[in-house]
Amino acid sequence: MLTRLILRRLALGLLTLWLVSLLVFAATLALPGDAAQAILGREATPERLAALRDQLNLDEPVVSQYIQWLGGILTGDLGTSAATQEPVGDLLSDRVGNSLFLVAISAIVAIPLSILIGVWTAMKRDRPVDHVVSTTSLILASLPEFVIGIALILLFATEVFHWFPAVSLLGPGEKAWDDPEVVVLPAATLVLAVVPYISRIMRGSMVEVLESEYVTMATLKGLPRRTVIWRHAVPNAIVPAIQVTALQLAYLAGGVVVVEFVFSYPGIGAALVEAVGNRDMPVVQAVTMLAAGIYVGLNILADVATILVTPKLRTAAR
Amino acid sequence: MSDQTADRALDLTLEQPPTLIEAAPARARFALVADALRLGRTRVGLGIVTVLVLIALVGPLVAPYSPTEFVGIPNSPPSSDAMFGTDALGRDVLSRFLHGGRTVLWLSAAATLLGIVVGVVVGLIAAYARNWLDDVLMRSNDVLLAFPQIIFVLLAVSAIGPKLWLIVLTVGLTHAPRVARVIRGAALEVVERDFVKSAEVVGEARWRIVFGEVLPNVTSPLLVEVGLRMTYSIGLVAGISFLGFGLQPPDADWGLMINENRLSLTVQPWSVVLPVIAIGFLTVGTNLVTDGLSRALAGIDRRADS
Repeated sequence: MLTRLILRRLALGLLTLWLVSLLVFAATLALPGDAAQAILGREATPERLAALRDQLNLDEPVVSQYIQWLGGILTGDLGTSAATQEPVGDLLSDRVGNSLFLVAISAIVAIPLSILIGVWTAMKRDRPVDHVVSTTSLILASLPEFVIGIALILLFATEVFHWFPAVSLLGPGEKAWDDPEVVVLPAATLVLAVVPYISRIMRGSMVEVLESEYVTMATLKGLPRRTVIWRHAVPNAIVPAIQVTALQLAYLAGGVVVVEFVFSYPGIGAALVEAVGNRDMPVVQAVTMLAAGIYVGLNILADVATILVTPKLRTAAR
Repeated sequence: MSDQTADRALDLTLEQPPTLIEAAPARARFALVADALRLGRTRVGLGIVTVLVLIALVGPLVAPYSPTEFVGIPNSPPSSDAMFGTDALGRDVLSRFLHGGRTVLWLSAAATLLGIVVGVVVGLIAAYARNWLDDVLMRSNDVLLAFPQIIFVLLAVSAIGPKLWLIVLTVGLTHAPRVARVIRGAALEVVERDFVKSAEVVGEARWRIVFGEVLPNVTSPLLVEVGLRMTYSIGLVAGISFLGFGLQPPDADWGLMINENRLSLTVQPWSVVLPVIAIGFLTVGTNLVTDGLSRALAGIDRRADS
């Protein structure tokens, strides 16, 4: 029964992704007039127009255009960039690595930090630190990423301290991990953007768990405070935080777009902004599908993890 | 209006005790705003928002120069002629700042309104239908939810171009499923209550039940949603202009100002700092109000439970 629940969740995820692919494909149909002309602009040579028409299969019916496009995506053939004539796969492969590096660093810092802040403020509930942290979180959660990013640049790269580079000056093909300095400020921006959300949920569920009978019981048994908190309370309090963490990580797939642009960080987000400016549809579609795939995948993972760690759901499935 | 329909329902179903028909007294709805206003954060938030809206509305009237006029050497520092210096093209930073708030505000407000209206209609219909229609609506919701909001907007912009109506439409459309989910959740409980049942018994038109009976009972979570969506709208709209796909030069707009001047940040920070501070305060202000509302709502729920 448990497997059936998980399989059902997977099937729903695949259905969603398929519908997403229809919508992403439909974006090319929305191009005004001749899609090839709209992408390449007025100065395009007839040869290039013909080549792009051929590549997008514009002479064929819409349905077969879609099937060929989807088949290409599923087999890893993402088409050719309309702007640079490079295969989209080659264009994005380095950048995907850079973006994953950025998101991974942000997640590795943000998740334990949020849990610590959540646990700590739950233990200091309604004391001054709790209020200070909650107000700071509220302010950080309100700010758009580019405002946080520019504030960090002003503070740590230009006006006050000169600790980190304001923009990364990596050439094409260079990897972000060769020069880790460039990742500090973009990662800090993403961390500041997601920590408020995760720590708030963690605090809430921790407050609830701390008031529960088994925590009182463990305390009365004379267990050290540290054991009660980390062995008994935290593992139970963490369950609601899983969903929010997955949502926030999925949100990072969109958050990197603006943050990479702010810091000129060579990832897929910056590539997307450039491609939108050039109306380079194959690149836009590839990045969009990737972001949606990450989002749906993370949500499935979170649901499966929640099912697995929640005894109630495990039995309810029966 | 809703109270009248509830009253009529009451008259026709006499076998039901009148207390069951007690829907949402108007007093309770205004109590949310009153409770929220008693909190310091709501007042601070309202104060911040008021100041920024005033800057955006009155700014163009008091600006010393036209936003597109060249008044000095590019990136010159603050002087007696230009209080905050000039931007990367030599235009007065203060004047561009004073002119640049209106667009952010009206685009965000329009996107929020669209998202709320579509979200409320979809959420209420889904909650009331509880059949295949509910499934279809929620599945379409999932599809829209699979895109991070900004990526959906960029997808549309890459196909159609940087048009303002498109930004309002796509930002609003990406809000809608998020609003719908909240409203559906709140309404699911309302549609089970007796005043809805009695309205059904007397043959009230479905749309009147949905919008006359159910909607008035979800206004409190709706109000919180409005605040939340407005905060996100401002960030998205300003962010899209910042990426260069919103307002186009030579228009004066806070997001666009940051885009135009970010490369001269080290030479002349004011042309970036002013709009960044304004957008930052605006989102913090709207979110403080939202937080005040949701705290007041939680307080009311607690009292109702006990």
